Amino acid sequence: MSNEKPNLVEAPAGHAGEGFFATSLDKAVGLARANSIWPLPFATSCCGIEFMATMASHYDLGRFGAERLSFSPRQADLLMVMGTIAKKMAPVLKQVYLQMAEPRWVIAVGACASSGGIFDTYSVLQGIDRVIPVDVYVPGCPPRPEQIIDGITKIQELVKNEPLRRRNSDEYRDLLASYGIE
Amino acid sequence: MIGGTPEYIVEEGKEYTILNLGPTHPATHGIFQNVLKMDGDIIIESEATIGYIHRAFEKIAEHRPFYQVTPLTDRLNYCSAPINNMGWHMTVEKLIQAEIPKRVEYMRVIIMELARIADHIICNSVIGVDTGALTGFTYLFQAREHIYDIFEELCGARLTTNMGRIGGFERDFSPRAKMLLKNFLENFPKRFDEFSSLLERNRIFLDRVVNAGPITPQMALDYSFTGPNLRAAGVDYDVRVAKPYSSYQDFQFQIPVGTNGDTYDRFMVRQEEIRQSLSIIKQALANMPDGKFFADVPEFYLPPKEDVYTKMEALIWHFKIVMGETDVPKGEVYHAVEGGNGELGYYLVSDGGRAAYRLHFRRPCFIYYQAYPEMIKGSMLSDAILTMSSMNVIAGELDA
Amino acid sequence: MEFTNEHITGRIKAQFGDKILFVEEPFELLTITAAADINVELVSFLKNDPELQVIFLTDLCGIHYPENKGEEIGVICHLHSLVHNFRIRLKFFIPEAAPSIRSLVPVFPGANWMERETFDFYGIKFEGHPNLKRVLNVDDMTYHPMLKQYPLEDPTREDKNDTYFGR
Repeated sequence: MSNEKPNLVEAPAGHAGEGFFATSLDKAVGLARANSIWPLPFATSCCGIEFMATMASHYDLGRFGAERLSFSPRQADLLMVMGTIAKKMAPVLKQVYLQMAEPRWVIAVGACASSGGIFDTYSVLQGIDRVIPVDVYVPGCPPRPEQIIDGITKIQELVKNEPLRRRNSDEYRDLLASYGIE
Repeated sequence: MIGGTPEYIVEEGKEYTILNLGPTHPATHGIFQNVLKMDGDIIIESEATIGYIHRAFEKIAEHRPFYQVTPLTDRLNYCSAPINNMGWHMTVEKLIQAEIPKRVEYMRVIIMELARIADHIICNSVIGVDTGALTGFTYLFQAREHIYDIFEELCGARLTTNMGRIGGFERDFSPRAKMLLKNFLENFPKRFDEFSSLLERNRIFLDRVVNAGPITPQMALDYSFTGPNLRAAGVDYDVRVAKPYSSYQDFQFQIPVGTNGDTYDRFMVRQEEIRQSLSIIKQALANMPDGKFFADVPEFYLPPKEDVYTKMEALIWHFKIVMGETDVPKGEVYHAVEGGNGELGYYLVSDGGRAAYRLHFRRPCFIYYQAYPEMIKGSMLSDAILTMSSMNVIAGELDA
Repeated sequence: MEFTNEHITGRIKAQFGDKILFVEEPFELLTITAAADINVELVSFLKNDPELQVIFLTDLCGIHYPENKGEEIGVICHLHSLVHNFRIRLKFFIPEAAPSIRSLVPVFPGANWMERETFDFYGIKFEGHPNLKRVLNVDDMTYHPMLKQYPLEDPTREDKNDTYFGR
């Protein structure tokens, strides 16, 4: 194992020379952020059990730089909503989202979080995008761990390519305003 | 309630902290809210609030034909979904008075015991995690993947299996499934012994779990406990023995019981049940009778998929069955199976319509979780967390 | 000795006489329909009787029959004698206009949440219940969703257009 080459992420486009490498700040920051995401697992039901499998030895999400789960929303980058969100739970979810610091991303894992799934009932919120903005949706009921990992890599792509000014733009402010977030 | 509770109150010159544990908290493994009144580290009083993932299963079941209820049962106790599926199918079979071949019953026993192992693995390894022992968790979750491989081979899904049919199975065990099962029976005991040796006699673990959240047998009965939690308190009630279903009377197995009803006893009862389940699976495999893997109930057992794709008759029947257009007898049935957490009962009232008139799930979690505030009274906060994880409260089953 | 359904019925009838309205045995499970005003007495008789020892409350749930005028709402208990291993089902019917019945919590503390759930779903008022409030749904819900007249679907969905389904 020891003489195996470590697996490095690809460097962004830039100018390399003798002892220096120049790229844009956006890309350098994106690279760092994408490979050290701190997810906040907001696991409510079945998908949470598949997430446990994703975190455990067999699938090991740590390989993608998301080893450290942040159970405190204050330090988390990525809110992973896994499972049914009932209407009773919706204000809690929104509060957790509000407690997260920018930049923050949200992934809706599973049919229930994405759209309410098979539970088109009086008590279930029909998709978390009714209360908070969502970046990536993962289908499945529940999704396999591979699918959850796929969702995380999609988030990594987003994080990598996000311009630094996006969170200050008018579009983003309008998006938040449409959810009633100042 | 959220954010609205005071941080402390003063009563008779003493200051108590009000601590809001949940609804989303890393240590609760699910969404339950507990508002605790604490004197330092000791819990004086607490109030549990649930319903944060109430999904209205019982209302849905009144609007869906029987086959469409099976996916709902998956999502009750999702750690042991096949038990719920089979329990539901057996309930309907009882209603339509179907005669089930022995082979089907033995196959069901094998799958239900595998599911029980998977359920207990999650619970026990998570007790380990909550005491700070993450290693056992990673060992056992690797083993659990092997159970899921078997489920996947049998029905195509891992967690929410939707397995089986009313009257039997969609297909017989494939050679690969048998091979996987054999490998599992060979390799799992070794892995499991490793896990047991990590925790069962571990001084640090014992210090954390012995006498944490004890319950007396009388109180357990009063609160209608069932399953491992009741047995840990010393009452030997197990549905598999009290009212054998699916040929459980053919197998030799022991019902482990505890003495103190504390976290350690609950842990050890589950440990022993895993061993007993392995023995049941071995017996069922060794004595597996020949015969069909489905019962003769053409009005409820879906026709084989190849026929559905190629034959008109089969397609029509498939459609009729799935849409609930076949005749259902009137009647009311209560059928209980021993789920991962205890007596999982289905109370089905049928008025002959295409869906159940009323379907009530007796959900063991919901019933025993109400004793939780009583159980943690006077204990430390860290013990309360352990008590919760050793009771194996599954949010899906709790809130239905 | 053998606890046949006849024997148990005989014991109960000897005690309660004409308050026992109806006895049936669907799928061999003794089902007794009794007047709603004796529910606590009947359950505590079964529990405390030294012979029967029905010490375990398996389940308690509600049911709604809108057509049965005057007794629309039912409360159904499943009890289990763990000592002699037999089950018994009790049914009590009450009018929808005044859905009220005495609480079983003094007899079985485990009935607490089961009754709260039944209240939540059907609006049955369990008199003497220590903490009768909704357990699963949000506190400010205005109706009891399991009653047959209320719809299953979420009313806020806009994407369910019947024209998509040719209706």
